[in-house]
Amino acid sequence: MENVISYRLQIIAIITALIFMFFIFRLIVKGKLREEYSFIWIVCTVLLLLFSVWRDGLDVIAGLLGIYYAPSIIFLGAIFAIVVFLVHLSVVNSKQHKQIKELAQEMALLKEKMEAEEKKKL
Amino acid sequence: MSKKVNIAIIIPCYNEQDNIVALYCELNNTIFPENYHVVPVYVNDCSIDNSKQLLIENNITHINLPVNLGIGGAVQSGFKYALKNGFDIAVQMDGDGQHPPGELHKILTPLIESKADVVIGSRYITKEGFQSSQLRRLGINYFKNLNRCLTGITVNDSTSGYRALNKKALELVSEYYPDEYPEPESIVLYALNNLKIKEVPVFMRERQSGKSSIRHYKTIYYMFKVTLGTIFLYIRLKFNGKRHFI
Repeated sequence: MENVISYRLQIIAIITALIFMFFIFRLIVKGKLREEYSFIWIVCTVLLLLFSVWRDGLDVIAGLLGIYYAPSIIFLGAIFAIVVFLVHLSVVNSKQHKQIKELAQEMALLKEKMEAEEKKKL
Repeated sequence: MSKKVNIAIIIPCYNEQDNIVALYCELNNTIFPENYHVVPVYVNDCSIDNSKQLLIENNITHINLPVNLGIGGAVQSGFKYALKNGFDIAVQMDGDGQHPPGELHKILTPLIESKADVVIGSRYITKEGFQSSQLRRLGINYFKNLNRCLTGITVNDSTSGYRALNKKALELVSEYYPDEYPEPESIVLYALNNLKIKEVPVFMRERQSGKSSIRHYKTIYYMFKVTLGTIFLYIRLKFNGKRHFI
């Protein structure tokens, strides 16, 4: 009985991971997610799939690292990954901020030049 | 006759409809030496009042920013304009009437005589005119000491936005200029790029209308932001092989 329940759970996990993977691929294909950002999500789906198939994986890794309570690896890894990704997004954001500023200035200067020349013609 | 000098007066404005025309008229009525060719350039930072219409109606040279960039971005647009259009000197002036055009010659003279690259108009040297509140002056003193520690240069009124820059300085600021509250931070930028900074006493008025953008909780943010900005800019310029901005 116990086995049946855990198999059911494993199947659900695998299906969820596959749906997630499909969703990410669809976003890339549709052009809504740039490849450089999709990389981290593909790695995520692969890890999800790996651990849903390889049931003892978590315990094995916990044993290797000397972690007593195996699921805490998930929290540790996930939080670390989230923090790193957030910093990455902040960097991307800063870069875009600078690019937008430069574009706006360039555009405003060009517009002024254009209007000044039009005025000269009149 | 001495050589002709082209001077751009850069006036950033955000919702300054009550001050634009008055300041423009005052600038036009100010008498400059014959060889000065002075052009006021307004930078409209996406105002949501009638500023834009007023600028067009009065046929004032102006730049319209398509998105709001904040004071630093707006002033920098003006600097870029001055550089691209072959001006020799750019003056940064507030749009709210705090900086009287009659004082312009004081900050222009050291540049024209090539005694400095950047001239800062200061309220606190001779202590004339509007002096602002006690608390504000405490903050200004703090920036003065911070800048002195980092660069060894003393600027009494480091938050003053009444400044004149020559071409050499314009080239630098069109490359990089802080976005928010740029005044104290840019002193470090000038000093570490070996520009000669000179502070001259000027008379300032109380703002004609409107309120300061730095009030209440924003004061704390301002202090924090500027301190952080100044220190990081210092580290970046000092140890990072220079000129590598985000």
